[in-house]
Amino acid sequence: MRKAVGAVRQSGRRVPVASLWGVVGRRPLARHGLFAVLVAIAIVIFSYQVSSYTNYNLAEVAVFVIAAAGLTLLTGVNGQISLGHGALMAVGAYTTALLLKSQPNLAMILVLLTSVATTAGAGLIFGVAAARLRGPYLAGATLALALALPQLALHFSSLFGGEEGIPITPPSAPSWLGATFSSEQWLAWISVVAALVTLVLLANLMRSWVGRTLKAVRDDEVAALLAGINVGRIQVLAFVISAGCAGLAGALFAYWVGLAAPAAFSVTLSLQLLIAIVIGGLGSLVGAVWGSLVLVMVPDLTGSLASGLNLPSSIANNLPLAIFGLVLMVAILAFPGGIQGGLKRLAGLGRSRWRQHGLRRESG
Amino acid sequence: MARPGDLKVEDITVRFSGLTALDRISLAVEAGEVVGIIGPNGAGKTTLFNVICGFVRPESGQITYRGQPLLGLPTHRLIRLGIARTLQGLGLWPSLTVLENVVAGAARRPSFGAALFGGRSSMRMERQLVQEAGELLSELGIAQAASAYPRSLPYGVQKRVSIARALMARPSLLLLDEPASGLSQREVSELAQLVAGVRQTAALAIVDHNVDLVTEVSDRVVVLNFGRVIASGTPQEIRADPNVAEAYLGEPAVAQGDSGDA
Repeated sequence: MRKAVGAVRQSGRRVPVASLWGVVGRRPLARHGLFAVLVAIAIVIFSYQVSSYTNYNLAEVAVFVIAAAGLTLLTGVNGQISLGHGALMAVGAYTTALLLKSQPNLAMILVLLTSVATTAGAGLIFGVAAARLRGPYLAGATLALALALPQLALHFSSLFGGEEGIPITPPSAPSWLGATFSSEQWLAWISVVAALVTLVLLANLMRSWVGRTLKAVRDDEVAALLAGINVGRIQVLAFVISAGCAGLAGALFAYWVGLAAPAAFSVTLSLQLLIAIVIGGLGSLVGAVWGSLVLVMVPDLTGSLASGLNLPSSIANNLPLAIFGLVLMVAILAFPGGIQGGLKRLAGLGRSRWRQHGLRRESG
Repeated sequence: MARPGDLKVEDITVRFSGLTALDRISLAVEAGEVVGIIGPNGAGKTTLFNVICGFVRPESGQITYRGQPLLGLPTHRLIRLGIARTLQGLGLWPSLTVLENVVAGAARRPSFGAALFGGRSSMRMERQLVQEAGELLSELGIAQAASAYPRSLPYGVQKRVSIARALMARPSLLLLDEPASGLSQREVSELAQLVAGVRQTAALAIVDHNVDLVTEVSDRVVVLNFGRVIASGTPQEIRADPNVAEAYLGEPAVAQGDSGDA
């Protein structure tokens, strides 16, 4: 290799920009949008083929995708761990509930955007407060957030409805979709569109200087400072974006349950989101999608498995948890890159081998 | 293009819990000049760079760049003043490719909104930065490494990448921290050529152990020992100075407090 360096130095040839463009993979960002539209069409068609129960699950997956994708940006890409995203989802859910309580006829898009804004605001405050915390200290602080915030709902029960929470009327499908169109399918559509918009925007960010900078700050803060990156501000920015996603997920979650109640936003929810992004593939948006699918499908599959095997309920109830743990361990041990990393490795195995051959020939 | 720099360090004193790392240090890097800073381990060379970059707060003293005070300035603002620095440990970002590492060195970027919606201005700027970074890599002879990840590359190439990243911000003053360490004889002489090229657009301050390199490329050499400037002058003067020879070779008696190269 050392010999190759000298050779490279002497040749000093110019590399055409077009090929460099291909190297970084920065293709026109419109592709993200086009891809999302195709996926949306496929899911709309799919939603007509399946039961309303599956549509109900579909909406749940979409909600988790939004929250997990936001967490991917913060934890996976920027390296800031958050055990408090369940609490941030609660902020979004309660914003939605309170808004609908006072203005029942407000357009859903406005409700969702307001929830995003308030949760992003909460993320800003928390991000500024946590900006100096790293690693386990940040985990501890966010865990405290996850534990404390649901308590607020109990403490100010006249405002937040206490243990019972605040009921929400699920959105009803517009009449032009026909009388038989289920509200589950409508909510699935809305959630899927919201998830796709979120993914497109986050993918745009990841491909831009924002993604580069988030990674740079995670990798080496000192070098980032010297490169003119305002490390503190970038870390807060990551928190704000991530919280905005959690707010959107929380709002849709509240519509999906028909309720904003403290029990739904326990520490378990925060942990589930973390598990999802680790299983899916830390730092990858597609990984967040895989992780969310696992999160929703495992309890469902184990439920039917347990009933099929006639397992006693004491075992059946804990089966999903056991399988989560198992999948997580397997993922961490065998696939450090998660599901997405594993798929990529499989797909790239032949190709990278070929490429290595090529490189060796060139430098030799 | 960037104009050459003009750095003034005056009477800087740094103490680490009673240990004097820098003792009323004064030095200047004039416009277009290459200043070498040498000295034995623990002399305070890197500490001096850390003070300039705002990582270490001095007890007293003053630093200005083109008349503007640097002390108290957040580190990330340095690059906009035209000051770039490489690190001893290189500090390349392992999860970014070489090209991305260099592109991220540019202090310019499109707005957040443009990035969020993948706007055209964002794309245009990205393309421009990628082109600039590509040209820089070609000039440094490492264009072939553009798509590789830093850790997969030989150390000498990584070093070049770190210099390319610093140059991407078009600095008017470049601080090189131990650029020759870990390089082969041949790579060191390539480095000397590189410095000669860089000085066309920027002043340089170079901290290194490699006396041969420093005396070859520098206009002026400053020798530190135990936090003090013990000699300063042209490379010829420094080579002839008996104090310098002593600091490097003889009299190992005094060592009452070695600050360690922080």
